[in-house]
Amino acid sequence: MEAVFLAMVLMLSIFLGFELISKVPATLHTPLMSGANAISGITIVGALISAGGESGAMSSYLGAAAVMFAMINVAGGYLVTNRMLSMFKKKDTNQPGGKS
Amino acid sequence: MNPVIINLWYVVAAALFIFGLKQLGSPATAVRGNVLSSLAMVIAIAVTLFNKDILTFELIVIAAVIGAVIGAITAQKVEMTSMPEMVALFNGSGGIASLMVGWAALYNMGNTTFTDVTILLSIVIGGMTFSGSILAWGKLSEVMTSAAVVFGAQRIVNAAILIGLVACSVLFCMDPSVTSPYLYAVIGLSLLFGIMAVLPIGGADMPVVISLLNSYSGLAACAAGFAINNNILIVAGSMVGAAGIILTNIMCKAMNRSLGHVLFSGFGAVKQATKVEGEVKPIVAEDAFLILEAAQSVSFVPGYGMAVAQAQHVVRELGELLEKNGAEVTYAIHPVAGRMPGHMNVLLAEANVPYDQLVEMEDINPRIDNVDVAVVIGANDVVNPSARNDENSPIYGMPIINVDQARTVFVLKRSMGSGFSGVDNPLFFGDNTRMLFGDAKQSIAAVVAEFKG
Repeated sequence: MEAVFLAMVLMLSIFLGFELISKVPATLHTPLMSGANAISGITIVGALISAGGESGAMSSYLGAAAVMFAMINVAGGYLVTNRMLSMFKKKDTNQPGGKS
Repeated sequence: MNPVIINLWYVVAAALFIFGLKQLGSPATAVRGNVLSSLAMVIAIAVTLFNKDILTFELIVIAAVIGAVIGAITAQKVEMTSMPEMVALFNGSGGIASLMVGWAALYNMGNTTFTDVTILLSIVIGGMTFSGSILAWGKLSEVMTSAAVVFGAQRIVNAAILIGLVACSVLFCMDPSVTSPYLYAVIGLSLLFGIMAVLPIGGADMPVVISLLNSYSGLAACAAGFAINNNILIVAGSMVGAAGIILTNIMCKAMNRSLGHVLFSGFGAVKQATKVEGEVKPIVAEDAFLILEAAQSVSFVPGYGMAVAQAQHVVRELGELLEKNGAEVTYAIHPVAGRMPGHMNVLLAEANVPYDQLVEMEDINPRIDNVDVAVVIGANDVVNPSARNDENSPIYGMPIINVDQARTVFVLKRSMGSGFSGVDNPLFFGDNTRMLFGDAKQSIAAVVAEFKG
């Protein structure tokens, strides 16, 4: 039953994802990708449980390595997306003569 | 903390992820959307630390700090021109993380066969995402050749790897154990498969590959979610999966090719295009300036060459001078210009070009005949009229920006030679085309100097 429930969650969120993202304008495609990079770091939740758990040394080390890699995605993804998005300016808000 | 409470917080995090992604869909709200999404991540991580199965924290803290430092430094240092490489590497690290989460989940007691299957899925998808992304990074950063690598028995080899992968997976599930040799075979084969899948894809097709690997990194997280019975991984992972698939689809449409065609055949190997011959008409900066000065509307059409020449800042400067001179200035951007979706937009945003001056192909084409001067900077295939006229051209049918229909076209080009896909471009021989040879940055700077002088 658990598996069926998870499959239901999967199905609904895929449809929701398609609805949400299909209208993103071309200008935001790169930030969308780096933002998605950050979100795919969600696997850190699973990594934390393995790294701190008591299923043996190997499991902890694998978990810890996964925490590190996922954390690169989370920290790097959000920061670089933020950096990029803050560059996008509308014409009126631009200071005359360049950098604001 | 009670598992029910933890899961309730995951619901809050999921809602914030969804809302954040929704806001990421418009330039005006995108910054807030990103903050909401990062808040969701902080909540998800924080409540997970209260999980009663987590007993020791030393390893977690060390690993998280190392990862955060690497991520933060990369995010601060990376040049906007190198965004494709960075996204490729991040796809890879997401993939390897999911592989390891799946692998570690094998050490849990009492896994059902269904769980074993999902664990293998997260290992396979994560593994091929990792090795494929590393190879894509290699091609993008030109550590290795960015051209398509094709050899005769490729399909047979790939089919053999795939069959081996399925066979080893089945054998593993029949007798699951962390010491099973089939586990190592599955890991090895999925890494190999990722490499073989990206190898035959050329540089001009990179936008498709990056989008697809982006999608895989989400699906790997999704599979890991099934492996450890965790909702938030499934929700967030499938959002990323959907985002990647949508971008892949947009990129394929913009090249008029099916995904299968991009993945399984090297570019340009199929047909021989009709040879185009003619005389090019070179122009010098002074004459280019005179034409631009008289122009009422100017459209810049950037391509990957602009990124290579780092010409975006000087292009913006010229754009501003032209505007002061009374011309209407736009930047027309083809969906697959550059090496990843939206690459050119980010470069121009970095150079302070307001995003309302960036126009998409569908918007500029209907009014292209009212454009006095179209300035093509380091773009080739996306403005090649053969895509419209020449049925024998390998890019026939690809939607292009019809710069050849503008009143005058300037093409900035290093020298005469065909573009990335090796396709001849009749645009260069057009009656209304003028070639400005040399480095794009220097050429534009020379025109700017004329304006100021």
